[in-house]
Amino acid sequence: MNQTKQAWGTRVGLILAMAGNAVGFGNFLRFPVQAIQNGGGAFIIPYLVSFVMLGIPLLFIEWSIGRFGGSYGFHSSPFMMQSMDRRRLWKYVGVFGIFSNIGIASYYCYMESWTLAYIFHSIIGTFNGMDQHQVVQVFNDYVSINKATLIPFEPIVFFLICLGINVYILSKGLCGGVEKVAKIGMPLLIVFGLLLAIRAVTLKAGTAGAIYDSSVGLNFLWTPDFDSIYNPKVWFAAASQIFFTLSLGMGSIQAYSSYLRKKDDIALNAMSAGWMNEFVEVVLGGAIIIPIAVGYLGIPKVQELASLGGLGLGFKTIPYLFSQWGPLMATIAGVMWFGLLFFAGITSSLAMGTPVQGFLEDEFGWSRKKTAITFGIIILIIGMPTVLFFNQGVFDEYDYWTGSFSLFVFAAFEAVLFAWFFGIKKGWEEINLGADIKVSKIFRFLIAYVTPVLLIIVFLGAIFTPTNNDWIAAFNNLLNGHGWSFDHESLVGKILNAGLKEQITATTDENVIGELKYRILLANLARLLLLSVFVGISLMVRKAYYRHKKEGRL
Amino acid sequence: MNTAAFLMMIFTTSFITGLTIYFFIKVLKAKPKQEPDSYSQNDHIKR
Repeated sequence: MNQTKQAWGTRVGLILAMAGNAVGFGNFLRFPVQAIQNGGGAFIIPYLVSFVMLGIPLLFIEWSIGRFGGSYGFHSSPFMMQSMDRRRLWKYVGVFGIFSNIGIASYYCYMESWTLAYIFHSIIGTFNGMDQHQVVQVFNDYVSINKATLIPFEPIVFFLICLGINVYILSKGLCGGVEKVAKIGMPLLIVFGLLLAIRAVTLKAGTAGAIYDSSVGLNFLWTPDFDSIYNPKVWFAAASQIFFTLSLGMGSIQAYSSYLRKKDDIALNAMSAGWMNEFVEVVLGGAIIIPIAVGYLGIPKVQELASLGGLGLGFKTIPYLFSQWGPLMATIAGVMWFGLLFFAGITSSLAMGTPVQGFLEDEFGWSRKKTAITFGIIILIIGMPTVLFFNQGVFDEYDYWTGSFSLFVFAAFEAVLFAWFFGIKKGWEEINLGADIKVSKIFRFLIAYVTPVLLIIVFLGAIFTPTNNDWIAAFNNLLNGHGWSFDHESLVGKILNAGLKEQITATTDENVIGELKYRILLANLARLLLLSVFVGISLMVRKAYYRHKKEGRL
Repeated sequence: MNTAAFLMMIFTTSFITGLTIYFFIKVLKAKPKQEPDSYSQNDHIKR
């Protein structure tokens, strides 16, 4: 029986909110970059295979866990998981489902605030007449707090505005806040995306300053390199992309579905929201940034920019390219592009707030408004280091530990819990309860055996990532007795600060060494802060556990 | 565009768009469950 007064207004609203949770910056900035770096058009094969073998089963698992936990009056993952199996470990595993939301929201809201700032700058015409270097400099100055910007302490101002908007919407509740924004934001995002995609794929060389036709960019993105399919690196990239794009392993899907009643469908809802995300990612995300960037900069330059990640293309390059279309079109395109990213961002950050609110409501009986304000204060405190020390790598540190590591751990454990401890028989019944579609029995097999094993492999892959992500060379080296060399981005490399230490040994400049040592100090402090958040939530969960036991709820 | 890229793009976008529309239409056409259900704004609809 649901204890809470919160409820979804409509089924379409829930699906749009779930799709909005999944659709984020990664759909437009990460996917196209991953595709061009991992086999072009052929990337779609491991990507869709991962979607079927990992994505859809995990969507079913997370929707089921949420609705099951919600039926016991739990709206965050610690006690949802505990209600599925009596072993005490599960509530601490469930802590990841609150922790990662706090950690990710802390840097994600900052990124979301960039989109607001860039909408503002597009409207006032900041980028008009600038060359590419100057547009890059605007971004670099923006993230360096001490540099002069149009508004004093501009990143902090926009971060506060962004947090304020999130808190206000969250305080309005599920139906009156989150769902309302999803119902406006998702259709707008799709309309903006379609308009930009049409503009991108109709780009002609020699018009509006373009050097190449859009077909050059589309060839670059879609020409399949089928040899890449035999490379494990490509499969890891595809599995990771599916993971991030669907917002799996976070606890936010569970929180949203915990407000559903037992007899209501989750199977069709999960499929609809999941495929909607795929549409935005592959169809829209694949049609905007690469054709435009290649049209103006050519393939070698885009390859160089893409190697630095999608954020550079989205914020440092696109405003310059839009400015080639003339002041009016640049403003319209800028508002649409950054507006699209803003809606993608806010529908995700609202989903990150919901499990935290659910936990505070369930355990402390706080009102929606109070939990929203508390979430805002937490994100302000935990998120401020990412604003102040962006250039020193604190942002990346949060991203790694909460946006990658925690997700893999949580997803692997929840898949194991659902399939092996809760039991596939009960789990399968739960997925099919009230289902409006007949779920293929293939998914029963996948959930029971394939998905948990795949997740464990992906998790181990993240721990033991070899240098340059080159698995074939790493295994050859190991078999030839040359040992295993960890990549700087592997868990081992991260803990040891291997990348920064290597940079220290490679230089003799005392200033550079000092700066790198400062970055190591900040990275360690960021980890300490995140660890203390995890421990703090665990202690609250422990206290709540004994109360629930006393009340006979567990 | 070259043929391989064109075919890959057309097949993938059609496949994904088709399934997205298919599942969304199924949601729109699904019969609402007996009250009380999970959705607050359909309480007035007769079943």
